[in-house]
Amino acid sequence: MSFLELRNVSKAYGTGQAEVHALENIDLAVDRGALVAVMGPSGSGKSTLLTIAGSLEEPTSGEVTIGGAALSAMSRNGKARLRRRTIGYVFQDFNLLPGLTAAENVSLPLELDGMRSRRAYAAGMAALEKLGLADRATHFPDELSGGERQRVSIARAVVGDRHLLLADEPSGALDSVNGEAVMRMILMACHRGMAAVVVTHDAQLASWADRVVFLRDGHVVDQTMPAQTPESLLQSGPGQ
Amino acid sequence: MSIRHALLALLSEGPKYGLQLRQEFETRTGEVWPLNVGQVYTTLQRLERDGLVESEDVPDDERQKTFRITAGGEAELADWLRTPPDLSLPPRDELVIKVLVALRLPGVNVHEVIQAHRRYLVELMQQWTRLKEDESGVDLSFALAVDAELFRLDSVVRWLDSADGRLKRASAEPPVENPSPMPRLRRRVGMHR
Repeated sequence: MSFLELRNVSKAYGTGQAEVHALENIDLAVDRGALVAVMGPSGSGKSTLLTIAGSLEEPTSGEVTIGGAALSAMSRNGKARLRRRTIGYVFQDFNLLPGLTAAENVSLPLELDGMRSRRAYAAGMAALEKLGLADRATHFPDELSGGERQRVSIARAVVGDRHLLLADEPSGALDSVNGEAVMRMILMACHRGMAAVVVTHDAQLASWADRVVFLRDGHVVDQTMPAQTPESLLQSGPGQ
Repeated sequence: MSIRHALLALLSEGPKYGLQLRQEFETRTGEVWPLNVGQVYTTLQRLERDGLVESEDVPDDERQKTFRITAGGEAELADWLRTPPDLSLPPRDELVIKVLVALRLPGVNVHEVIQAHRRYLVELMQQWTRLKEDESGVDLSFALAVDAELFRLDSVVRWLDSADGRLKRASAEPPVENPSPMPRLRRRVGMHR
């Protein structure tokens, strides 16, 4: 069984003639260590898929399991605990708390989960160090560049013992160099055993994933096949 | 890129042998453009004929020649570096044609055609991205060459995305009489040709 599974998931908003089907019969499985990108235009249902996978929203029908546990069978508190301990979220607009330093932002989820503040801070520092941000630990978000803020939010998403990373357009507002740095970090988290889903409309971002799933009007319409040996590209060279 | 001007660029650093030029050419292009030695020597002969390089025999090795750039070659190189390549041709690439043809054929789902090409392009991009994944093992020239290819493929994906969106909007509107878009396109885009 994969770490994250969506089985026959549908989501509709409104009722009667005003009913809108944001997602229809979605099947998606993501193993630990795998990075899956979900690509699609605005309004294709990408963000809805991510919020349902992250237990922030409930599907109209279908089932989501995380680590083998069905979300439908979990209490509200159980889901909140799952979000604090197991899932890390990365958003386009970073969602860092302005009154806390980088290290405090990163350690906050652990403290909210009951960890003693000194231990949580040490874990936060360790996460920042892994992402090359130790020298920014005492800076407040408004003292950081856009790229640094997003790297801090990735540290917050991977801190502690999390297994699932969900990212919504994680490099949306960043230039291509910072966007690449963000994807490298997400990939590193996968190499350490996390399962990750990145939703994006950006093909360059999606190309970092092991598998790209294409969403259109709430349906999965296609996905990429396992890659061939990349070295075969060099036999002809770019642009020839 | 022109092999001719790449060789002039290498010779502007100082005199070099033919084999050395081939090795340096491959290194500078991030080894993504293999070159055979015949291409190097043919190009050098033409450059010499045009007065842009000159050669002299190596005293101890009659099979080897040293090539050096002339003042004319330096001027040619400086001019080439600053001349933008011609990007003004009308879009006649095969992918655009396929989508335009799909649009006219009854019973063909254009969105499926577009998606087939999109998937292929993204798979290619995944392969290129794998090549630069290990940052420590990638040199700067190689990373730049891979980035260039990724941006080129990305621009095609963006065009497909835009076409997909435009067709979706158009399907909600009544059809417009338009016998063939290509002649009009040529008139508008290739004005000075």
